[in-house]
Amino acid sequence: MKAIITVLGKDMVGILAKVSTLCAQRNANVIEVTQSIMQDMFAMIMMVDVSEASVPFLELEKELVALGEGLGMKIHAMHEDIFNSMHRI
Amino acid sequence: MLNTQDILETINMIDNEHLDVRTITMGISLLDCIDPNIERACSKVYDKICRLAQDLVKTGEDISAQYGIPIVNKRICVTPIAMLAGACEKDNPVAFARILDKAAQAVGVNFIGGYSALVQKGFSPGDLPLIDSIPQALSETQYVCASVNIGSTKAGIHMDAVRRMGEVILESARRTADCQCIGAAKLVVLCNAPEDNPFMAGAFHGVGEPDCVINVGVSGPGVVRAALRKASPADNLSQIADLIKRTAFKITRMGQLVAQEASRRLHVPFGIIDLSLAPTPAIGDSVAYILEEMGLSQCGCHGTTAALALLNDAVKKGGVMASSHVGGLSGAFIPVSEDAGMIAAAKSGVLTLGKLEAMTAVCSVGLDMVVLPGDTSAAVLSAIIADEAVIGMVNAKTTAVRLIPAIGKQVGQELHFGGLLGSGPVMAVNPGSPEGFVSRGGRIPAPLQSLKN
Repeated sequence: MKAIITVLGKDMVGILAKVSTLCAQRNANVIEVTQSIMQDMFAMIMMVDVSEASVPFLELEKELVALGEGLGMKIHAMHEDIFNSMHRI
Repeated sequence: MLNTQDILETINMIDNEHLDVRTITMGISLLDCIDPNIERACSKVYDKICRLAQDLVKTGEDISAQYGIPIVNKRICVTPIAMLAGACEKDNPVAFARILDKAAQAVGVNFIGGYSALVQKGFSPGDLPLIDSIPQALSETQYVCASVNIGSTKAGIHMDAVRRMGEVILESARRTADCQCIGAAKLVVLCNAPEDNPFMAGAFHGVGEPDCVINVGVSGPGVVRAALRKASPADNLSQIADLIKRTAFKITRMGQLVAQEASRRLHVPFGIIDLSLAPTPAIGDSVAYILEEMGLSQCGCHGTTAALALLNDAVKKGGVMASSHVGGLSGAFIPVSEDAGMIAAAKSGVLTLGKLEAMTAVCSVGLDMVVLPGDTSAAVLSAIIADEAVIGMVNAKTTAVRLIPAIGKQVGQELHFGGLLGSGPVMAVNPGSPEGFVSRGGRIPAPLQSLKN
């Protein structure tokens, strides 16, 4: 399964590195990354393949949320289907 | 790759605009639990609910985590209990309410609906004992919701039942007077009750339904309001309706995804999606604010009925293409105590009971969570039910009445239920007496609209 990780907050050094390091540690393969600045908020969106991940998705999601809290950023990790169903017919 | 804007839009809806799935409701048939021995019947009921719903709450939480969508309520509805009570007519049906409460607690749901009777044309064995036991059942249980269907477009209005329900509402409030009259907040009187409604307190599992089914109620007033807020003041009402439709489509697609996933994981067939805009007392999650965003100074002023009709229709049009099966109530809810904008409008006096009644002709439910003076007579309550029921009967739509007489309180005071039920100001009722009309009893004949064959 593929998941979408979104990171929202104030821009700072090393965000991409920290999130992708966690993904690598859990064997989640980063497929694509985009970054943008929206109303002085930093937004990073990653698509990752978690089908080979070493931990269940719900656990990885918790770890990512905790990482975000530590950085003062808001991190969401959600199944890609939620976006497909809402925005594609 | 998905569009960045789309992804951020979804995240924003969840984080800032209260987007959620309001309820996953499992419908369970209890027809195979009917038994002349009430203890045996209760034991079958408990076993069946616990067997089928044991994973409901956990599954809801897992889906919520996987998709990142809050699923606020996990609930159960069952076959109208009057049908079980009919087989053991001499026993007090409150035993069923107690066992439903115990089962709800065991599986961890926050409401269980179906302490119900369908009496639109008359009473069958079990109906009257159940109706008479409602005040006791609601005062002795925490999770049980009761509903009584007293009319339909096909059958007309059963005024003997309407008269009785006025007394039952009053007694339910009296018995729970020391806890904000909460008993009456768990009791709905319906006309044209849908058999697959996932929303409480009117949910029950109709006899035409499968043995077990998953129905999902979506929500999202906050999302619709936020979309309208971004609209230009120059946008005309056709454009406003289109904007609501597009938003409702997205909300419903999310509900459909959750419903299918819940159905798959629980090995229970998917029933319907209920396309309702269900408000909560949280600031911003209000249907009244949507109407005000359209250009009304406050909900309840002239123009409110028109704005609500537009909203209700657009929600359905947007949602219907997003789901494979739509049912339940499907439309905008206007519960007074559960909607910050409605509470404010009722407090300021702009929203009156009369206007609320007009609004119910074009929305999906009826007079919902309306707090009335504690000295309101049973006859007045019955007359309010009758007025509301005929609106449903003549327009071939569902109407529901959930009135809470605030025992010992008057206009200017409030009841505080807490949680999703919110709080409501006592609203003034018309001082005239409908006593003579209500006491006639009998049936209001079905209207010509019922003869469609």
